[in-house]
Amino acid sequence: MIDLSHIEKTYDSSAGPVHALKDISLHIDKGEIFGIIGLSGAGKSTLVRCINLLERPTKGKVSVNGKDMTAMSESQLREARKNIGMIFQHFNLLSTATVFDNIAFPLQLSNTPKDKIKARVTELLELVGLADKAEQFPSQLSGGQKQRVGIARALASNPDILLCDEATSALDPQTTKSILELIKDINQKLKLTVVVITHEMQVIKEICDKVAVIDNGIIAEQGDVLDVFINPKQPITKEFISVLLSNDLPVDFRDIDISSEPFEDSILLMRLTFIGETANDPIISNLVKKYNVDADLFFGSLDDIKGSPFGRLIIGMNGSQADIHSAIDYLKEQKVKVEVIGYVSRHASSHH
Amino acid sequence: MSADMLPLITKALGETAYMVVVSMIISSLVGIPLGVLLHTTSKGQILECMPLNRIVGTVVNAIRSIPFIILMVAIIPLTRLIVGSAIGTTAAMVPLVLASVPFIGRQVETSLREIPYGIVEAAQSMGASPLQIIYKVLLPEAMPNIVAQLTTVIISLIGESAMAGAIGGGGLGDLAIRYGYQRFRPDIMIATVIVLIIMVQIVQFAGNKLAKQLDKR
Repeated sequence: MIDLSHIEKTYDSSAGPVHALKDISLHIDKGEIFGIIGLSGAGKSTLVRCINLLERPTKGKVSVNGKDMTAMSESQLREARKNIGMIFQHFNLLSTATVFDNIAFPLQLSNTPKDKIKARVTELLELVGLADKAEQFPSQLSGGQKQRVGIARALASNPDILLCDEATSALDPQTTKSILELIKDINQKLKLTVVVITHEMQVIKEICDKVAVIDNGIIAEQGDVLDVFINPKQPITKEFISVLLSNDLPVDFRDIDISSEPFEDSILLMRLTFIGETANDPIISNLVKKYNVDADLFFGSLDDIKGSPFGRLIIGMNGSQADIHSAIDYLKEQKVKVEVIGYVSRHASSHH
Repeated sequence: MSADMLPLITKALGETAYMVVVSMIISSLVGIPLGVLLHTTSKGQILECMPLNRIVGTVVNAIRSIPFIILMVAIIPLTRLIVGSAIGTTAAMVPLVLASVPFIGRQVETSLREIPYGIVEAAQSMGASPLQIIYKVLLPEAMPNIVAQLTTVIISLIGESAMAGAIGGGGLGDLAIRYGYQRFRPDIMIATVIVLIIMVQIVQFAGNKLAKQLDKR
């Protein structure tokens, strides 16, 4: 659907050339919601603008639907852009036009007959839940409503692709949720390919199928959202995830010695991650029943990533080395991710 | 107050209105596109072309830096070339237009610059051509501001038209100088001033009202 190959973007500034994007290659499949996450200045906004060529890459090739966007003439490019809707952080609506006229705008650009415009805009107003706001001006709407108008406008010319540039960053958490729901909804209803640019892992977690982490103009890491959440490889990715899922140990264990070797009265501290169905299975009680080990639970959380249950536990295991090893093997067999933290004194958490 | 005053003032008012209205129409027809050119060719805008922008900008600044009374006299040969005479109400319109065009150009440029670039970018993402962006995005979005600023231009045209009157253009300024000042008729002087004040008030009031009506922000 969308293929970026070896994209580079360099700006000239008074302080010399700035390399905003350095050799970025991405492949985005039809119908998926692809998230691109990065800190401000990482180059993510430039990258998304390279897809519809609002920014022309200095080097590299952008192909959408198999057509090379970088080789197009200005007028071919304008036609191609009608197939790529875009929504923005600050909505970018016409302040002097009503909601109806804002949504009608892309249709007016291509000289659609008036009755067809009316039918299409009415349909879109229904889709985004603003049927009663047609004659209002943007200044009379809330942020969430403005973004709904933005979405309706972006969908007006029936695009295959929707680019979302920090579309929820100016909205409060509740409104963010409802806008993300809407995006997910239209992705499924209209089989739209969606590219989401954000600095919030929450957005990725809620709606994305795949994610690419951009840092300093390069893709640090990419893959299925669930895989990246479970096995983040790069420090930057871990940092993004830690905002949502804390990796801190429970308070009692933060200031004590953690040993890599067992000692008298020690327990083995480990972090377990469950994904999908296993998150609902009674694995720990099975573990204790089947193997001659004790397992103390110190921390537990259950979350979900795009509909998949995602559980995390920190347990302290006590037993013979052999039993502990077989218990860990059992956990791995059950597709539980096991991270061994180390041995701590059993009394560290005595007041629990 | 004497019997001759009313026809004198009515005639002068007619001449002033003619000068201001016609000059304003011609200046807007040239000045608004000039403002669009100044804005769209500037750095980072849709038709960026810095050499053109610099040349046009310099010419605009040069004309704007000449005081109106000097401009009026300095371009007499040009006026004669265009109108056939350097004296009269129609002749007075040449310097009025020449002074107003760059003024309107800068005012319109300022209004356009206040439009967030994101709106232009959104239009581009929908496949709008530069011309469509100018007609369907930039001008409508800037219209409340442009109306407010054109009001200012009309008011300064009323003032300048009085100056033009003094060198044979007719109108209220001419009346005030010839009768009020040179023939020692303070009644005519005062009446002229009152008419000018009322004119400016009406223009400003109407301009404010229209600008407010257009402003949906």
